[in-house]
Amino acid sequence: MSAVVTAREVAASVTDPELPMLTLEDLGVLRDVRVEDGTVVVTITPTYSGCPAMATMRDDLVHRLHDHGWDDVHVRVSLSPPWSSDWITEHGRQALAEHGISPPGRAPQAPTVINLLPPRRPVTCPRCSGGEVELISEFGATACKAMYRCTACLEPFDHVKEI
Amino acid sequence: MADHDSVYDGLLGSDDSQWAFGTDFEDPLAGVDTTIPSGADASTLGAYCLMLGDDALVYAHRLSEWTSRAPDLEDDIALANIALDLLGQARLLLARAAAADPGLVPELPADSPVPPEDALAFFRDEDAFRNVRFVEPDNGDFAVTIVRLLVFSTYRLALLQRLVSSTDAVLSAIAAKGVNEVTYHRDYAGRWFLTLAQGTDESRRRLLAALDIVWPLHDELFRAHPIEHRAAEQGVGVDPASVADEVDVLLEQVFGVSAVERPQVQPSGAVSGGTGRDGRHTEAMGRLLAEMQVVARAHPSGRW
Repeated sequence: MSAVVTAREVAASVTDPELPMLTLEDLGVLRDVRVEDGTVVVTITPTYSGCPAMATMRDDLVHRLHDHGWDDVHVRVSLSPPWSSDWITEHGRQALAEHGISPPGRAPQAPTVINLLPPRRPVTCPRCSGGEVELISEFGATACKAMYRCTACLEPFDHVKEI
Repeated sequence: MADHDSVYDGLLGSDDSQWAFGTDFEDPLAGVDTTIPSGADASTLGAYCLMLGDDALVYAHRLSEWTSRAPDLEDDIALANIALDLLGQARLLLARAAAADPGLVPELPADSPVPPEDALAFFRDEDAFRNVRFVEPDNGDFAVTIVRLLVFSTYRLALLQRLVSSTDAVLSAIAAKGVNEVTYHRDYAGRWFLTLAQGTDESRRRLLAALDIVWPLHDELFRAHPIEHRAAEQGVGVDPASVADEVDVLLEQVFGVSAVERPQVQPSGAVSGGTGRDGRHTEAMGRLLAEMQVVARAHPSGRW
């Protein structure tokens, strides 16, 4: 039983390649860690279908677990249920904000009409905490982020999108 | 030091994740139950997934051509992100097609490391592609791209929302992820449509011209192929005709706000009695595939 905890602790400490202030557990992509007959089976889920970081996550998990003496590691992908930004932990949200990235609000319900207005989110500037911000683009440097600018301190910043 | 601190780490040694045909998992469906649901037959499910996968693959490639050429950096990034989402959906759908019906996958040299979904993407000829012709034509100007993206993402979102209830657990899971992604694509296109319609005389002129360019292939989206019919009857798929009214209403809302009329143009006809779902494509398709496939075909056993 303690071995399970250890493997899980190792897996949970691996960081995300694109948001290195977050562990895979903080990001909510680490779904399960179990030990079956000496094999560690780790289940992760992609944030977006085309997330290019999955292979790096897999490699990092395998190498970290190898470093801690787990020779036989198997990483599986789980597609269902789909990842939601609601799965980012409270600790993860704090880490994002401390690193200048605005954490996501609540994930939206499935819309029925085409939203022709820019989305209104209660976003605050992660640098100056100002509430006056403007959306620059709904798509950012990675699939999971939008770009904002603070109209008080004028700094641009990333916002992790609700999904 | 974390492994990903150096991008060169994985290039040294024999790490098989860094090979020519992608750098992702060997099997994107590893650990996923790919049993064929009862009431469905494997060849129908495979052919149906191929259609949905080819729509996403071909359109992803087309949209990715905007990379480094969009009107501004934000839209460059947006279109690249949308293409990436669709490419991810394509990968899962083609992997699902290959798992359901391995007979779909082209034969490659015995030493080839190419996984089935890449063999489908890079080693099929034009007449084996089952995408709708709507996604093939050249991007045109930004207005043409936006009109096509609005129509396609509205259509695809309506399909994916229903496919969440597919009796195939894999297709259902792929659809559920896709719904979240395509909602962003549709809203992006809708906002730009309105902006172009209400922008300058020139942007409005281009938008109206774009509607006439895009519309002739619109009807084909909603004409069910026998495979789509059968997939719907078996509970794994959705009859595209069943989403036509909903898509129509959604587009009319955007047209109304934008003070734009629905285009009155003749639909493109069939070619030798067939359309994209039959493997009959537009002239643009061959050039698109040539660019997409040339490197893979030159190195069918390649690793790097």
